[in-house]
Amino acid sequence: MQKKLMILWGYMKGNRTLYLLSVVAIIIAAFFQFLSPLVMRITIDSVIGDMHVASGTLSERFLNALGGRDTLQTNLWRLASILVLITASQGIFFFVKGKWLAEAAESTAKNLRDRLYNHIQRLPFSYHVKVETGDLIQRCSSDVETVRRFLAMQFVEVGRALFMLAMVLPIMISLDWRMTLASMSVIPIIFTFAVIFFMKVEKKFKLADEAEGAMSAMLQENLSGIRVVKAFHRQQFEIDKFASRNLDNRDKWYRFIRLMGFYWGSSDTLCFLQVLVIMIIGSYRAVHGEITIGTLVAFVSYVHSLLWPIRQMGRILTDMGKTFVSVTRIQEVLDEPEEPLENTGIKPEPIRGRIEFENVCFDYDGKNPVLQDVSFTVEAGKTVAILGPTGSGKTSMVSLIPRLYDATSGKIKLDGHDITEIDREYLRQNIAIVLQEPFLFSRTLEENIRLGTPEATFEHVAQATEVASIHDVIERFDKGYETVVGEKGVTLSGGQKQRVAIARSIIMNAPVLIFDDSLSAVDTETDSRIRAALKKKENKVTTFIIAHRITTLVEADMILVLDEGKIVQKGTHRDLVGQEGLYQRIWNIQNALEKDVHHELDDETDILSERTDMEDKEEPKPA
Amino acid sequence: MAHTAFEEQDYTKRFDLKLWVRVFRYAMKYKVLVGILLACMLLTALMDTVFPLFTRYVIDHYIVPKNLDGIWGFAALYFGIVTLFGFVICLFILIAGKLETNMIYDIRRDGFNKLQQLSFTYFDRTPVGWLMARLTSDCERLGETIAWGIVDMVWGTALMIGISIVMLILNWKLALIALSVVPVLVIVSLKFQKVILGSYRKVRKINSKITGAFNEGINGAKTTKTLVREKANLKEFQTLSGSMYGASVRAAVLSAIYFPVVLFISALGSGLVVWFGGSGVIAGVMTYGTLVAFTSYIVQFFEPVWQIARIFAEMQNAQASAERVFSLLDTEVEIKDDEERIKSWGNKPFRIEKEISFDKVNFSYKEGETVFNDFDLTIRAGEKIALVGETGSGKTTLVNLLCRFYQPQSGNIRFDDVDSHDIPLEKLQSNIGVVLQTPHLFNGTIRDNIRYGKLDATDEEIMQALKMVNADRLIARMEKGLDTSVGEGGNMLSTGEKQMLSFARAIISDPQIFILDEATSSIDTETEHLIQDAIDKLLVGRTSFLIAHRLSTIRSADRILVINNGEIIEEGTHHDLIRLQGYYYKLYTNQFLEENEKALLTG
Repeated sequence: MQKKLMILWGYMKGNRTLYLLSVVAIIIAAFFQFLSPLVMRITIDSVIGDMHVASGTLSERFLNALGGRDTLQTNLWRLASILVLITASQGIFFFVKGKWLAEAAESTAKNLRDRLYNHIQRLPFSYHVKVETGDLIQRCSSDVETVRRFLAMQFVEVGRALFMLAMVLPIMISLDWRMTLASMSVIPIIFTFAVIFFMKVEKKFKLADEAEGAMSAMLQENLSGIRVVKAFHRQQFEIDKFASRNLDNRDKWYRFIRLMGFYWGSSDTLCFLQVLVIMIIGSYRAVHGEITIGTLVAFVSYVHSLLWPIRQMGRILTDMGKTFVSVTRIQEVLDEPEEPLENTGIKPEPIRGRIEFENVCFDYDGKNPVLQDVSFTVEAGKTVAILGPTGSGKTSMVSLIPRLYDATSGKIKLDGHDITEIDREYLRQNIAIVLQEPFLFSRTLEENIRLGTPEATFEHVAQATEVASIHDVIERFDKGYETVVGEKGVTLSGGQKQRVAIARSIIMNAPVLIFDDSLSAVDTETDSRIRAALKKKENKVTTFIIAHRITTLVEADMILVLDEGKIVQKGTHRDLVGQEGLYQRIWNIQNALEKDVHHELDDETDILSERTDMEDKEEPKPA
Repeated sequence: MAHTAFEEQDYTKRFDLKLWVRVFRYAMKYKVLVGILLACMLLTALMDTVFPLFTRYVIDHYIVPKNLDGIWGFAALYFGIVTLFGFVICLFILIAGKLETNMIYDIRRDGFNKLQQLSFTYFDRTPVGWLMARLTSDCERLGETIAWGIVDMVWGTALMIGISIVMLILNWKLALIALSVVPVLVIVSLKFQKVILGSYRKVRKINSKITGAFNEGINGAKTTKTLVREKANLKEFQTLSGSMYGASVRAAVLSAIYFPVVLFISALGSGLVVWFGGSGVIAGVMTYGTLVAFTSYIVQFFEPVWQIARIFAEMQNAQASAERVFSLLDTEVEIKDDEERIKSWGNKPFRIEKEISFDKVNFSYKEGETVFNDFDLTIRAGEKIALVGETGSGKTTLVNLLCRFYQPQSGNIRFDDVDSHDIPLEKLQSNIGVVLQTPHLFNGTIRDNIRYGKLDATDEEIMQALKMVNADRLIARMEKGLDTSVGEGGNMLSTGEKQMLSFARAIISDPQIFILDEATSSIDTETEHLIQDAIDKLLVGRTSFLIAHRLSTIRSADRILVINNGEIIEEGTHHDLIRLQGYYYKLYTNQFLEENEKALLTG
């Protein structure tokens, strides 16, 4: 509990003065609130009525300052104005408290949101793979909201409650200390109650909050996979599935509210019983002449003023249980270690792009090896093609280069520097990677392409799109580069998205460029056009291409064949085509096909001998 | 993000009665609960007025006459009433809670059901985060306000009316003087309502954007990392959260002004009572007792105003939420079964015996971006069609229309001469197996995901489907086999693995029409070759559409359609098209030439 309080206190950093001022304001407002019934009572009892004010008291001085009883009787507006003034002052402090508190709480919420957003994007990629988006969003929105509400509404009320106690208690004690003790008899019971409920609330609220998280996660998944849902016409299945989460969420929240109902109902009953106790004890003592009737009447009204803050504090305590659950859920995210980005190492200049893998091993879970003892060297400016069956570790291998993951053992070197010694931000700026499943942000095409290089001019953008063979397509859109792509770039086809992603990476002008199977969503023609354009670029770029197309593989300076996380073959096309292995098998599959087709084509041209010479020239020669 | 592409519509109505009627319709489903709740509130109000009487009773009957006889009986009665009071409070909270959670549940359910019906067009232009915000926080706010706010409001209004009546009976002149501030209160409240509502609308709007930004930030995390966008992203997010701060503080400050203003006006009322009432007492035209009663009543009168003012603000906040939720519920479902038209279909199974035809189909995703213009095409049942063409030429759109994921602006698509509108969507879509370009798996095990294609599939059937796509080896490598969790969106698997599984998922559903939209682009050649064999066997007797770039796939088709800018520019068998020496020929030889030259060089 203390730890959670400290965390909450930490969230309030930067606004603590404002919170404190709000508490002060609320206390002053409470003081005026306390004052106005007193003025009202004096007016009715001693100005309009004929009860005498004891001489020398504050009340007498107050009346004398306003001109004395007789003057006031004919000038009642003075007292009425005082009443209005007091309320106005109370109002002003209420407003000030409201403003400061809103500023403080909203600022805390903003800081929390910013912190969460930034933290989440700096968490290592391994975290993102296992986390549920919907649940995470719920923590960032709902839980932050719970904390904000507590800070904006309940938390400062503690100040007011304590102040009320501080005002009422001395008066009660001065009247009769025994009666005061009796008036407080219910307090320990209420507090014990509050503490028990506090713990229960924490549990129930946690369940409810988690149910909400699970529901959000399912909702988020459904929405992002809505195309699959529709393709299989599984709407009813999804509706049923959501209904069960929705139902679970409803029931858990209801159980939480029910608990609150029990608490509020019982604490209110206890408070009223306290009044009963005072009345019975008071009646006995009054009848026996131990106290005056006036004292008893005063006590009955004061016990209300005493119980109100007590009840309030009980409620704040139970609400704190709710807040603590949210704080824990937020803190769980914030406690995940970030991956350091800036100032994390050297920035060798210029980067030429020589890459070495030295006995690199890698696994995701500490058990199943994904890469085993991978070693190879790529000279700057060369092209490496990576080939291997599904699940052989190709993507994992290239992910290690910009340090999306870190190798479990072994070393990866860039221009002779261990990449773990290079500043991570600098490293990623120098390694452009086109992901297998590109993600476009909901903004214009131009902005999407400029994401990694905000300083690029439009000319650069156009050059990059030219290379990626997407310039013409974009030009054809009504709004051209200003076309906004949907949340996931839905209005673009897969190949178009992929080409935008390629342009986005090319524009970075990085010395190392990785295509994580990103060319396979593009047709053969575009694929070769993109590669040809890349080759024409002046400064040589070290290129990694995960590919299955033989045309791509053939052109590479080096081909790596991966199988079950190991490099089983390494070399140029010339080396590998003669070796028995995966590469040769693929070559044969494709080649057998090509030969077959070619044969057909030959027959065709024989038949169509009337074709012009020009077209004949385009005919390929048989292998 | 700072400037989300999607701008929501703006709401300008002040108090939307129609909207609230609709909201209350949700509450009316729980008439009994609402009834009990109102009874509870009235009972509470009654007890609120009874309790001060108890004190007076004790003083008048026991203390003043110094006689304690019967005080224990009184105590027992008091105890009983207090316990009842506690019980009523508890009941009230329970019932309100039940109403709240049930209403949220209902609205959310309706919203979700609606989302399942809406067509792709809607999802193309609506961000997920936007929808999330509606079904989560907006729904909650709505339910909360109805259950707790409105009831308090009823209680408060009843109390105010009751007190006004009592005051008017006691002394109508003084009552009118005291109540003279009420019109001022009403006017001020209406003015504030307008501004506060406006500012809350702004807050809700930004809240949707923030949810959207979180969603995008989380989904695009990998891209952010590879482009080193962290600082720029944060800066943009801060602009957004900064405007959230500004708007929220503004809304809170407005409420913070409103509250003291109400307080001040009520103090004016009390002041007037003291002034005129006091003068009346001194002048002897009014009794002292009446004045005492009046002063306590006027305080009591304005007490619910505090409550009502608070609820008013909350209701304004809730109206902003209600507008959002109902705008989702009101979205027209573009593609749905026309009950009249599908009636004649009855329970007939869906079978294609003859052909599928596109007749003068016109389609564009957005106005002015025509994809198809008077498009005609006929496909024989059982035909294997390959769609070839550059990315963006309309291949995917063609199959999207076939599945009725989108609706053509004009023209018909017919299955065996039956207009697709006359076929129940469920029959049509469950008979089309689609394997999409970007495979999407759901969080769960591999078994759950394959079963998505056939909900009652046994493990044997699942294994068989996996074997057909040669994914059985993959499963065998996994420690937990079919129970392996795939993670959200299948993120724990590689794209190739995802494609294989989504393939198996489609196979197990045993559809009559198969659509493979570049489904094997991320599978390695050798596996693809194996899958190809499976496909060949599987597609026998099924109508199929293959969108692929690999020659091996294209070549095996019965008919190849070359699509360019939404038009079929060439069609025929591989053999025919080679003969034609047109676009296809070029596309084909382009790749072919390259390969052969290389072969010669390295030979």
